[in-house]
Amino acid sequence: MVLKRLFGKKEKTADAEVHGPENKQTWESAAEQESPEPEREADSLGLFQRLRAGLSKTRQGFVDKVESLVSGRAVDEDLFEDLEDLLIQADVGVDTTMKLMDGLRERVRSEKITEGSALKTALADEVARLLAVDDTTLKISEHRPSVIMVVGVNGSGKTTTIGKLAYRLKQEGAKVILGAGDTFRAAAIDQLEAWAERVGVEIVSHSTGSDPAAVAYDALAAAKARNADVLILDTAGRLQTKTNLMKELGKVHRVLERELDHSIDEILLVLDATTGQNALSQAKIFSDSVPVTGIALTKLDGTAKGGIVLAVTQEVKVPVKLIGVGEQYHDLQDFDAVEFAEALFG
Amino acid sequence: MPFGNLSDRLQETMKKLRGRGKLTEKDVTAALREVRLALLEADVNYKVVKDFIARVKERAVGSDVLDHLNPAQQVIKVVNEELTNLMGGSQAKISFASRPPTVVMMVGLQGAGKTTAAAKLGKMLKSQGHRPLLAAADIYRPAAIKQLQVLGEQTEVPVFSLGQEDPVRIAREALEHADNHGNDVVLLDTAGRLHIDETLMDELVNVKAAAQPHEILLVVDAMTGQDAVNVAESFNEQLGIDGVVVTKLDGDARGGAALSVKAVTGKPIKYVGTSEKMDGLEAFHPDRMANRILGMGDMLSFIEKAESTVDKEKAQEMAAKMQRAEFTLEDFKEQLQQVKNMGPLDQLMGLIPTMGKQLQGMEVDESQLRRVEAIIDSMTPEERRSPAIIGGSRRKRIARGAGVRVQDVNRLLKQFNQTKQMMKQFAGGGSEKMKKKAKKRFSLFG
Repeated sequence: MVLKRLFGKKEKTADAEVHGPENKQTWESAAEQESPEPEREADSLGLFQRLRAGLSKTRQGFVDKVESLVSGRAVDEDLFEDLEDLLIQADVGVDTTMKLMDGLRERVRSEKITEGSALKTALADEVARLLAVDDTTLKISEHRPSVIMVVGVNGSGKTTTIGKLAYRLKQEGAKVILGAGDTFRAAAIDQLEAWAERVGVEIVSHSTGSDPAAVAYDALAAAKARNADVLILDTAGRLQTKTNLMKELGKVHRVLERELDHSIDEILLVLDATTGQNALSQAKIFSDSVPVTGIALTKLDGTAKGGIVLAVTQEVKVPVKLIGVGEQYHDLQDFDAVEFAEALFG
Repeated sequence: MPFGNLSDRLQETMKKLRGRGKLTEKDVTAALREVRLALLEADVNYKVVKDFIARVKERAVGSDVLDHLNPAQQVIKVVNEELTNLMGGSQAKISFASRPPTVVMMVGLQGAGKTTAAAKLGKMLKSQGHRPLLAAADIYRPAAIKQLQVLGEQTEVPVFSLGQEDPVRIAREALEHADNHGNDVVLLDTAGRLHIDETLMDELVNVKAAAQPHEILLVVDAMTGQDAVNVAESFNEQLGIDGVVVTKLDGDARGGAALSVKAVTGKPIKYVGTSEKMDGLEAFHPDRMANRILGMGDMLSFIEKAESTVDKEKAQEMAAKMQRAEFTLEDFKEQLQQVKNMGPLDQLMGLIPTMGKQLQGMEVDESQLRRVEAIIDSMTPEERRSPAIIGGSRRKRIARGAGVRVQDVNRLLKQFNQTKQMMKQFAGGGSEKMKKKAKKRFSLFG
């Protein structure tokens, strides 16, 4: 993993300013000891199994459905129609579904597919192809500090994603600072502060109602002064139709870029997997306001499939980089197009 | 929108269908294909769409096409009526307990907007003379309690909290607190949770048992996709919800989730969230929601306007007058007003499917129409009835009154006379076809 390479050999500097516990715990024990909140599930599973379990919830149903749908059936129009319904049901959207189906029909012709189960593999292929628009690795540059800006609509899970990301980067040995850029929503700053304390990273915040661009400026200055590796900046949730708020986002971005000698490493758009076709509008308009570099797809631990990312990655040519698969610190995974496609369709 | 304007597409499909009389199966099938796509694009669950389309088809085939509509519009009219019906009656309110406090429990997925909706509801109830109490039972999300406290401060609604205690205890003690402090409504804000999280769903069941809520409101994000049915079904099965709050409708999501939720639970949508401000909670209007989901607001409003605005009797009277060539400036103005009542003219042209294409890019000068109206307004009733008496000094006076040049008045009178002349000719022996043509031209201009 890139991060380990970057931070692994880093000398451990004592930093009196870092709040929270030392950095030596394993993920599991950290979760047990640090959490100020009631744990929601037994923490007995190992990390790997837990990640598996998280993703398998997404996978569940789909594999079963596709399997029962295709097995033993001949490839005919009825089967195509059933597959269409399945894709629509996963929020893939009419347009992308049609595209996928066209591709599939083409392959059925050229590869002379007659058996239903062979169709499943072909479909997974097509999906993975759509998703592979770019490198899906979270980019952390050699620059200090690397800057990650997190944007999205209200309730998509920005703050929680930041908490999990901070935890992960810290585990990998990075010194992380959070910037509490959501100065609008009531108690948003408190929410991020709670995460900072929990994870054990520093946070820069102003009071509610202050200028988010000023928070960004100060957070970056602090990150530089304290020699942080990564600055993660939170922003207020905003519906993409609010022009003024989108302009505000542009301003925050400009302020950061002006103070950096490189461009921002990652601008992550957080999309809720429960979201339907509107995610497309979100991706387009957010990308128009700031150069989004990646998507974090959250809440994949429910029954929603997040199929809209197929259309999103096509439309804005930005890859999904992270997926949220649970409520614990460690429930943030790297995205893998092939795995995701396989997970969806078996 | 990947599909562009739906009305455009529908027009394209309907081009060949100019039939009158009864809707044929072919008309209906073609139109409903587009409707199906529209509903899916709006995130209505695909099963709900299937059932809905089947129902509309049954109703529409064989029904009469109204005079002023084409088959496509007729189908859309049926679709819209069915959609509105399905959405349920308008303005459902929460039901209050005969013995206060009334307990309202807000439930839903993470990030749906429960806390904000609870605070907004508190403010709304307060303005209606109630004494609401907000109770903070989201003990999981960091700072959720603080968020409710801040919102309570903003809206001047008291907030009851016990910190991160057992939500069942919080609910119980909140009720006690309300009893002791004369609060007649308790709004219980619960933590967001996945409908498949058994532990947390059990917790809600326990809170319900302890608080005996009169209303359980499921809060649903307007942007929710196909999964809305699973969420709604699950919450309803396990808790028995009484109503739905649809949030974030100030965005550009079409909000098909609202229809899905209504269809699978049968429970009314009671409120909608329309802004980030604390007064951004409104009563639900099924007709507006139907328009929004269908995404054919333009065509629908045309159908509606064509039905309601043009008074049929008046139109017939006008036609008769034209034929008798008794048409006066007074009638002329009346026609102008009828057209104006239908909305801005350039939009109106775009609304008429057969016209939209021809007139695309053509600008309709509305100020011209306003000027004409001003000129007629500046005339005396007598002048309007018999324009012949309008001489030079009257023209000057009228021009001054209307704020136009005398030439403008002259031009209007000239046009009017020409038209009248033409009608006289037709009335005096022109063919039926020509009469119709003139009538059409004139009413379009007016």
